[in-house]
Amino acid sequence: MILYLLCFTLLLVGLYGILTKRDLIKIILSASIMGYATNLLLILFAYRNGSIFPILRKGVETMPMVDPLPQALVLTSIVIELGTTALLVALALKLFQKYKTYDITKIRKLSG
Amino acid sequence: MILPLFIIIPLLSAFLIAIVSGKKDNFANGLSIISALLLLFGAIYNFITQNQEVIIYKIGNWDAPIGINLVQDSLTIFMLIIVGLISLTSLIYSRQYIRYISTDWKYYSLFMFLITGMNGVIITGDLFNLYVFMEIALLSTYALVAYGGKAEEFEASFKYAIMGIVSSTFILVGIAITYSATSTLTLAKIAEQIPHINTKIVYLVGGIFLMGFGLKAAIIPFHTWLPDAHSSAPAPISAMLSGVMIKVLGIYAIIRIFYNIFGAPEFFLNIFMILGVISILIAGFLAITQWDMKRLLAYSSISQIGYILLGLGIGSTLGILGAVFHIFNHAIFKSLLFYNAGSVEMTTETRDLKKMGNLKKLMPVTSKTSMIASLAISGIPPFNGFFSKLIIIIAAIQSGHPILAALAVIGSIQTLAALLKVQRFGFHSENKTEVTENKTSFGMKFAMITLAFLCFAGAILIIPGIREVTLDPIVEVIKNNGEYMNMVLGR
Repeated sequence: MILYLLCFTLLLVGLYGILTKRDLIKIILSASIMGYATNLLLILFAYRNGSIFPILRKGVETMPMVDPLPQALVLTSIVIELGTTALLVALALKLFQKYKTYDITKIRKLSG
Repeated sequence: MILPLFIIIPLLSAFLIAIVSGKKDNFANGLSIISALLLLFGAIYNFITQNQEVIIYKIGNWDAPIGINLVQDSLTIFMLIIVGLISLTSLIYSRQYIRYISTDWKYYSLFMFLITGMNGVIITGDLFNLYVFMEIALLSTYALVAYGGKAEEFEASFKYAIMGIVSSTFILVGIAITYSATSTLTLAKIAEQIPHINTKIVYLVGGIFLMGFGLKAAIIPFHTWLPDAHSSAPAPISAMLSGVMIKVLGIYAIIRIFYNIFGAPEFFLNIFMILGVISILIAGFLAITQWDMKRLLAYSSISQIGYILLGLGIGSTLGILGAVFHIFNHAIFKSLLFYNAGSVEMTTETRDLKKMGNLKKLMPVTSKTSMIASLAISGIPPFNGFFSKLIIIIAAIQSGHPILAALAVIGSIQTLAALLKVQRFGFHSENKTEVTENKTSFGMKFAMITLAFLCFAGAILIIPGIREVTLDPIVEVIKNNGEYMNMVLGR
């Protein structure tokens, strides 16, 4: 249980960063932290205490195995996060070229 | 048309455009229009031949819990037709409009990825697959919102991307918890497991999904990204975002998850009703105060989403009928209004209503079609918007919520006021503009006139006799929510 709580705390750390930080790069890092927390949660759900990797081998007795599906999901989600992070960094660079700052309180042409 | 083609055609043309086209966009535009036409005709063909059956395509012939299934029922075809229709007119409109920003094939390639993502979300029968396709659609929209290359557009895109990532993360957390509770990701199998698991988990997952998909649908407490993103994007993309995207990623996913999987728990229906009415009133009020034409339209989108959510939340047959009909109607008239805003922006090079003026004589087609769309969106008979709003209001009264019905009527008056402001200051004011040349080309006029015609013609969907074939099967899918599971699992 304590592991799940720690994982949830990591998610909240990311959310806190997105909500309070004023630097574009720090916001992007916080978004990544949220992603890591989610991946960790998926892996935790797949874990069984005292189990082995999910490959059937000849001559070895079947033992309790971890669930392989969430591991596949995590791989997909890592790829998606890579794409979004790259796009966010590109946007942050473009914003820096236009406004000469990374501070979001100074990037305010839109309002209302 | 077999189901995977709805993903393969746009995906293939996206890559073909990237590989084959040179510096000019002629090939890219032609190919994308052809594939949008194919998608629209494929969806209409499937509508004619379906006989109200559920069709399942098993990828690699793996059965439901192991492989990924593609599922087609009445609701799927309905959404596919809307995506096909709006993307086709959008691409015809783009031909002239995007050259005014740049002559580049990248726009069309990204547009095709957007269609791929949305079609994927619509036809998939797997929860994680839905998430992946959603990310494809979102990634291409982040890029498309910033396509104009101005400072505000990057700002809007960054804001949208951050909000999108937060909501996607929460959706993934929801998927993880669902998987750990039910040990499956196939939608129909989850629906089968839901009655056997702890109710508290259903509420937890429901809350997380409501936040995630509510952010995508821009329901009021989660709406802050929408006015920026939808007003900064190029006009055809605004039309796609407001007309289709918020419905496919938001409302459609909400319908599938809360109705077909969770079996429409009363608790969530009440939340939908309250959030719907709040969205109608607050966004309607905010729309009146705007002076930026596209921003006004964006706020009005939030209020119309409120109507759809209210209809869904009422949960009676009539309420769902109104919501489904309003999904179709709003896609048509809001896209049309964004096309109008785009052609006005192209001619006068401003979106500020105060700087516009007597455009009625200069742009007759734009002026007349925007008049039609404004009347339709504010619910004036005989246009389509009147019927869907009337049905939702009657359903609210019948189900014993007269206060909600009254508030919905007030929201309709707010919409009328906001759109009359556009008409008064944008097209019919005394103020003389210095613009003398109308830059609206044939393609743009064609797209606008087609949708304006559909504003009239859409109303026939509700006539008894036609309604039994078009809208009633969709209502049936949403209303008999256990039926989805049985049909997909082949019982």
